[in-house]
Amino acid sequence: MSAHDEILEPRPQGVLARFRAFREKRPHLFLLVLMMLVAFFMMDPRTWVVLTISGLAMGAMVFLMASGMTLTFGLMNVLNLAHGAFISLGAFAGATVLVHWLNASAGESSLLANLAAVVPALGFALAVAGLVGLLFERLVIRPVYGDHLKQILVTVGGSIILMEMIHVIWGPNEIPVPRPDALTGAFLLPESWPVIGGVALEKYRLIAVILGLAVYGMMTWVIEHTRTGILIRAGVEDQEMVEVHGYRIRLLFLGVFVAGSALAGLGGAMWAMYREIITAHMGDELMISVIVVIILGGLGSIKGCFYGAVLVGLINLYVGYLEPRLAAVATVGLMVGVLMWRPQGLIPVIKV
Amino acid sequence: MMQRLLSGDYPRSRALTVLLLIIGVSLALGPFLFPGVRAFSMLGMICVFIIVVASYDLMLGYTHIVSFAHTMFFGIGAYGVAMATDAFGSGYGALLIGIGGALLLSILLSLLLGLLSLRVKAIFFALVTLAVAFAFLSLVTQLYNLTGGEDGLAMRVPRELGPAFRPFDEPWVGFDVVGFFTGLFSDPAGAFQNALFDVRVSGKHLMYYVAFVSAVLVFLFLLRMVNSPFGRVLQAIRENEFRAQALGYRTVFYRTAVVIVSALLATLAGVLFALINRYVNPENTLNFELMVFILLMCVIGGMGTLYGAVVGTAVFLLAQNYLQDLLKLLAGGAEPGSLLEHLVGPDRWLLWFGLLFVLSVYFFPTGIVGQLRLWAARRRQRRAGAGRVADQGEQHHAS
Repeated sequence: MSAHDEILEPRPQGVLARFRAFREKRPHLFLLVLMMLVAFFMMDPRTWVVLTISGLAMGAMVFLMASGMTLTFGLMNVLNLAHGAFISLGAFAGATVLVHWLNASAGESSLLANLAAVVPALGFALAVAGLVGLLFERLVIRPVYGDHLKQILVTVGGSIILMEMIHVIWGPNEIPVPRPDALTGAFLLPESWPVIGGVALEKYRLIAVILGLAVYGMMTWVIEHTRTGILIRAGVEDQEMVEVHGYRIRLLFLGVFVAGSALAGLGGAMWAMYREIITAHMGDELMISVIVVIILGGLGSIKGCFYGAVLVGLINLYVGYLEPRLAAVATVGLMVGVLMWRPQGLIPVIKV
Repeated sequence: MMQRLLSGDYPRSRALTVLLLIIGVSLALGPFLFPGVRAFSMLGMICVFIIVVASYDLMLGYTHIVSFAHTMFFGIGAYGVAMATDAFGSGYGALLIGIGGALLLSILLSLLLGLLSLRVKAIFFALVTLAVAFAFLSLVTQLYNLTGGEDGLAMRVPRELGPAFRPFDEPWVGFDVVGFFTGLFSDPAGAFQNALFDVRVSGKHLMYYVAFVSAVLVFLFLLRMVNSPFGRVLQAIRENEFRAQALGYRTVFYRTAVVIVSALLATLAGVLFALINRYVNPENTLNFELMVFILLMCVIGGMGTLYGAVVGTAVFLLAQNYLQDLLKLLAGGAEPGSLLEHLVGPDRWLLWFGLLFVLSVYFFPTGIVGQLRLWAARRRQRRAGAGRVADQGEQHHAS
């Protein structure tokens, strides 16, 4: 629609008209800039920089968790409320590698030894969550395609079972996950820099931001430039047309579901190292952020999901700094506000 | 009489009728049939949760609206009276203020939720309510100077509804049914005598009967409602919303109305809960787990039948209280430390219930009540079929 519309519509004249056009055409950027500006004037610049980076880090991790769910919904109209259980599963799988299997190398202080523990941990989390996702799709979700009510019921039931299995395997107590040495600590910005000199940036948060951006980049590349991506986009747009052309959309969906679960597991493992303590119910708590993100972004949209995650991360940190008790309320308030403004979400893809 | 009372919606299955009668009698005479604190508190919870689940069924079963904010309204009721009595003392005035405030807040919130998300699509409602309920939970936990935070509030009930109030000096006589039947095996002669026990009637019993009568009234009111023209429209929306719209019904109005009614009833149940339990905290009123339990009760009993709410609540709460004992027995038989022991440990009752739940959604999507009715209908059909064959035979003779 974009190119076509721009030709037809005259370029907006005047500052106010341009502002209005910007607000309507790019609501995600408008909201992001607005939020950062408001926060900027409410605190001192150094705090603002630290909070913004932390918010981006949180957003990146939430994006990892949410992207799978939004695609699952967009592609097959399946609402998977057990997504939170996959987050927990990934966290526990990653923790097992770090705490039990490779704790010698995780405990050392050299970067290489640490990476030799962290990378397998993330890989294992990815693999376990993906594998369980495969089973889950086959056993639990497949029989209830096209029936939202049953999907909600069945996935809630599936979520209970997965959570209880985590209890059975790893025990009911919370598990501490010490972050490897090389990932703790912070970079200090040089004092000579204007305004933000001397600000300490936590290494792990920077890594999370980079990883999140990398996954986002890769995902956009896959979706926009590969054949699979074209099929996924086409499937989101019109599932039946894809089937008519002879593609097995079930298989495509299975792939997306497994990838989404695996990413949720990866996000969970990242979150485990970020918080350094995990419980089986962490997935339920994160699920709220995930849901807010996918509603904010517009169900089925990867780009919307990314911006939604960043917005949620930022508002969490900003409000958490100004009034810690209201962080969760502000997150949901953001969602309510956006829904009143744009009932379809920021970047709607499918018509709901 | 019965026709009017049940609004023409009979159980339609002999087994179900028997089951409902058993539950009804057990609840009506509960304190005099089952001795012990545990049984008494469970009976009270069954009465309260029948209201919660029946009102939830109005949304889930009759209109196919999935809401995850039902515990939020339940909690608003419970916290409303707890906070009011905390601030204004334990009189009936404070109670009324609490109830009024809670109902008002529930109306506002449910209206907001309905207008916010029912316009778009029903599935949005599930997600939005989940998020809003979570925000409410976090708000209640954080505002500890008002709500007591994680510790919760102890509720001060009016004297007549508390354990200190003793209307009768003499203890009444109760009859322990379970004890009687087990006694029949061990000591048939003295079974009847042994099963008698003393009941010291107190304000707690009075409160129990307030809850019981409320549950009966709410149940009959809901039965009336779903069998009224309004209820028919709800079911029409459930079956085919587009068609209902085309027939000229303003579906958004009906949906929002249902959400409000069911929120109000949940608030009422919360009030009763606070009065019976006399202690309110986020875990026993607002927890997400509680919400899932309500969902399970509704589905296992049978969506779209109010009788299902009664059966589901009774079955689930029985399982919650006594399945753990059963699993403890099973776990005793397993090798200590083995995986099997972990799987059947008493803490894992929810695992088995979750499994049962998923299987029942696949194989018995209409729940216990729906299945019983289906069997009864099939039996009737078979009998009618046999009757028709006999009729035809007679006609042949006549011609």
